[in-house]
Amino acid sequence: MKILVCISNVPDTTTKVKFVDDLRKLDVNGIQWVINPWDELALTRALELKEDASNAVQTVTVAHVGPASAEPTIRKALAIGADDAIRVNTDPEDAYVVAAQLAEVLKADPYDIVLCGIESSDHNGSTVGGMLAEMLEYPSVSCVSSLRIENGQPVVSREIDGGKETVSVPAPFVAVVQKGIAKEPRIAAMRGIMSARTKPIRVFEPKAIEGLTGVTGYEMPKPRAACKYVDADNAGQLIELLQNEARVF
Amino acid sequence: MSVLVFLENWDGRFKKLSFELVSYASKVAEMLGEEVVALSIGQVDASELEKPALYGASKIVSIEDGNLKAVDEQAYTALIAGTANQLGAGVVILSNNNNGKSLAPRLSVRLKAGIASGVSRLPVSVNPFVVYKKVYSGKAFSNVEIKTPVKILTLAQNSFELIENPKPVVIEKSTAQADAQLLKTRVTEVEKQTGKILLTDADIVVSGGRGMRSADNWGPLLEMAELLGAATACSRPVSDEGWRPHGEHTGQTGKIIAPNLYFAIGISGAIQHLAGISSSKYIVAINTDKDAPIFEAAQYGIVGDALKVLPKLVEKLREVKSK
Ligand SMILES: Cc1cc2nc3c(=O)[nH]c(=O)nc-3n(C[C@H](O)[C@H](O)[C@H](O)COP(=O)(O)OP(=O)(O)OC[C@H]3O[C@@H](n4cnc5c(N)ncnc54)[C@H](O)[C@@H]3O)c2cc1C
Ligand SMILES: Nc1ncnc2c1ncn2[C@@H]1O[C@H](COP(=O)(O)O)[C@@H](O)[C@H]1O
Repeated sequence: MKILVCISNVPDTTTKVKFVDDLRKLDVNGIQWVINPWDELALTRALELKEDASNAVQTVTVAHVGPASAEPTIRKALAIGADDAIRVNTDPEDAYVVAAQLAEVLKADPYDIVLCGIESSDHNGSTVGGMLAEMLEYPSVSCVSSLRIENGQPVVSREIDGGKETVSVPAPFVAVVQKGIAKEPRIAAMRGIMSARTKPIRVFEPKAIEGLTGVTGYEMPKPRAACKYVDADNAGQLIELLQNEARVF
Repeated sequence: MSVLVFLENWDGRFKKLSFELVSYASKVAEMLGEEVVALSIGQVDASELEKPALYGASKIVSIEDGNLKAVDEQAYTALIAGTANQLGAGVVILSNNNNGKSLAPRLSVRLKAGIASGVSRLPVSVNPFVVYKKVYSGKAFSNVEIKTPVKILTLAQNSFELIENPKPVVIEKSTAQADAQLLKTRVTEVEKQTGKILLTDADIVVSGGRGMRSADNWGPLLEMAELLGAATACSRPVSDEGWRPHGEHTGQTGKIIAPNLYFAIGISGAIQHLAGISSSKYIVAINTDKDAPIFEAAQYGIVGDALKVLPKLVEKLREVKSK
């Protein structure tokens, strides 16, 4: 089995975002770029699967659609333990372009299990994984919170509203993963960082693909009204306010 | 042309979100001068089928293929796309919940339709088609233009109110069936909680954090939720510790919710937690630390020990409820 983990390169989750250019572009000044949290968990799970020889996972590859400036993030994934990497050299216009560029590469070089995160923490799309599956005509399972291989067959758990399903699905397939897929993300060890320097990153030039959507501008959230305090000794008053002022019950 | 809505049901009844979707779709259809058609896949009670008309659907298409117990993403995509094509739908609207996230992206490719996910407001304009959506996990918003003839939107749950708008309705039992060739996934086990309020559906959510101190202290919090008819939730460390089930964890890496009222009890208000709850209409914070960041997001606050405050709230609620 070969596993591919698609990674997106996002601002660290604690970043206070700002925009420039008349609110049309993210101010990248001082931003620390990281592997999208779900992709980091997906990678961790892929490596766990590979380490158990009974799963017969030969390689774990990471893939990214983005310019060369994303390479430190790719190197980080290699340092955590991925064997090699793919990068499609373009700054994608939207999720459709990301999926389509990945699909082009994967049609020529297929993988048995393709892992995507449930969303990238920057544009909150939740779309690349499903799009990629449809383009490749692979089955897909989304909201996956566990992945194992049983007698050579992938088995996943999927969160549904108010419950969970265990689903068996034939490879090749796309799993769109969320919380639970791995417990904690792995951190790169010194040895990993050293060996990552020599691991291969295959760079592909992009195909001419147009996006379906475009961002016309950004807005900052309106500041909320100041908090109204109720004295702890008189906590019951809160119930009255919620009932009579906010009228929420 | 029409606006197509994908309805969801739970135990044979439409989920509340289905009616939110129809309410939203009716307004979008109004902007476009079109009609709303609602598609239901799966077994629903006969009395349910007319309900979407109450919120503005003028046609309900019901596909009750017995082979479709669980969502198979490929098979469902084919059915929804088939319906959309048949109707010549110009806009397809799904929820931004688990099912919507599973189906909308596949549909986007199938219908060559640009997608804006997690929208919470009506389109800014329909020509060009521009929608406002959350980005950076709630730290900002963007206006997204969908450039394709067919558009797909997924609506954030609880972000749009139910608006009654009764319409005469045609109910069409479709004989469409899932393509057996596409049904490649097999559900081998289902764990379903029944009879409980779905966290993502709830109007009121009572949530506890590490400030609750231990798994044993949850009694009064649960009691308060019970009295309010609320769902319960927690911060990530709480579910990591095993104090509460994983399904309750809200935040960037957990569930993203938008109830009318969210109680954050012993929760510091880390940015990743806020990412999951900041769309709540009202946030109430109870925290010993007056400088906890949660108070910046809250409209009501109590600076104090949750373990002492909660019993007082429960007592007051009982009094109010007994009146
Ligand atoms: C990539 C990433 C993703 C993450 N995703 C999430 C997520 O989805 N959801 C999430 O919740 N977290 C998430 N986190 C973790 C997040 O950063 C915080 O660590 C977490 O939210 C803190 O949980 P807490 O508020 O319960 O605990 P703490 O930060 O420990 O806060 C406890 C609070 O309780 C107060 N307190 C203590 N005793 C009492 C008392 N007796 N009565 C009242 N108040 C009391 C304290 O003053 C404090 O404010 C994520 C972190 C990362 C790095
Ligand atoms: N530029 C990218 N390159 C590779 N994979 C990506 C990229 N953007 C998103 N992904 C993958 O798609 C998932 C969902 O992203 P999105 O649909 O943008 O929310 C991410 O968790 C990644 O696995």
